Amino acid sequence: MHINLTLLVQMAVFAVLIWFTMKFVWPMILGPMQERERRIAQGLAAANKGEEELKDARAGAESILGEARERAGVIVDQAQRNASEILEQARSAATQEGQRLVAAAQQQIELDAARAKEQLRQQVGAIAVAAASKLLEREIDARAHEALLNEFAAQL
Amino acid sequence: MAAAEPQIGEYIEHHLTFLTNKPQNTLVNFTVINYDTVFFSVLLAVLFAGSFYLVARRASASTTSVPRGFQSFVEMLVDWVDSQVKDVYHGTNPLIAPLALTIFCWVYLFNFMDLVPVDLLPDIGGAMGLAHLKVVPTTDLNGVFGLSLTVFILMIFYSIKMKGLRGFLAELTLHPFRVKNIFAQIPLSIVNLLLESVTLIARPVSLALRLFGNIFAGEMIFVLLALLTLVHGYAGLETFSGWGLLLLQAGLTFLWGVFHLLIITIQAFIFMVLTIVYLAMAHEHH
Repeated sequence: MHINLTLLVQMAVFAVLIWFTMKFVWPMILGPMQERERRIAQGLAAANKGEEELKDARAGAESILGEARERAGVIVDQAQRNASEILEQARSAATQEGQRLVAAAQQQIELDAARAKEQLRQQVGAIAVAAASKLLEREIDARAHEALLNEFAAQL
Repeated sequence: MAAAEPQIGEYIEHHLTFLTNKPQNTLVNFTVINYDTVFFSVLLAVLFAGSFYLVARRASASTTSVPRGFQSFVEMLVDWVDSQVKDVYHGTNPLIAPLALTIFCWVYLFNFMDLVPVDLLPDIGGAMGLAHLKVVPTTDLNGVFGLSLTVFILMIFYSIKMKGLRGFLAELTLHPFRVKNIFAQIPLSIVNLLLESVTLIARPVSLALRLFGNIFAGEMIFVLLALLTLVHGYAGLETFSGWGLLLLQAGLTFLWGVFHLLIITIQAFIFMVLTIVYLAMAHEHH
């Protein structure tokens, strides 16, 4: 149990060791550790933010999709309505056309019938005159009796 | 057994003697040096500083790399020491935390030399022609006082730096007794100075002796356990009780080793924490 030069040597070695640790060890370990800590914190924050953004983007996409779906529905409805309208119009146009054609045909028929009746009446008149002249054996002056004949024909 | 008595004394004496340049007869003699303490102190200092420096270089070379292995261990230690320091000291002195780390690691390594089998290194040294070899620097008073006096110098240095010489002296002379009357204060200051000086000097002394006592006692137990079979020599292996003693020795040495592992850690920790506390107190104003 003696005190000797070892004490001073020990103190000197200790002082150098403290200086070395302070200069080359401590800051070069703790610094990178704190830097890494900061990075990890940043990374976690970024991950959180990314998650939030993803959630937002999903919600946004969902709403856009819904809107698009709605609009598509509207468009389809509109198209269906248009189609039925067109169909309706076509149908009514066709019906009108048909009616028009039927009416025209009837008119034609009536016209033809009237004309035929007229002809028939005239022919019946002529035949009646001929028959009467044969019966009377004399000529009837068609001109003199035209009024009479016409009246007659009109009675047919 | 009578013939074995000097052998026991010799053995213990052998383990308590340093490898010096010349015998030391007075209590204090600064021309004598303990080669073994210096050698192992420097060796362990290089081991600590070198390994930590390698980690520091690797850590600072790339902050993005994932720490593993020894680097993780070192970082854990640094983080732990840092939190210990921050618990006690709230200033900005950049010395205290590295100092605490140095003390913990170095003292731990000193103490750990205690767990190297007591005769292994001295016998190797003996084969190399060294008469004595004490491998545990903390069982050398020079070793522990070298630590505590350096801490003491730092304490006083920072006390004076932070509070000024006046503040430091005021701390020594105006506590705990203080009166308004200046003439009454003078004798009280002398009493204060005595009390405070004792408190101040007790710090490095207790710091050194606590560590020294624990580790020295631990080494002593290992030496005494080694004595269990030493006195019989190889002749002990010829008897049943000789083998019994050998097993007892192995078992006890193992148990003491496990227990001592706890002690050396705690002692290194206490030395570190007290150093932090003392230096933090040196920074505080009262």
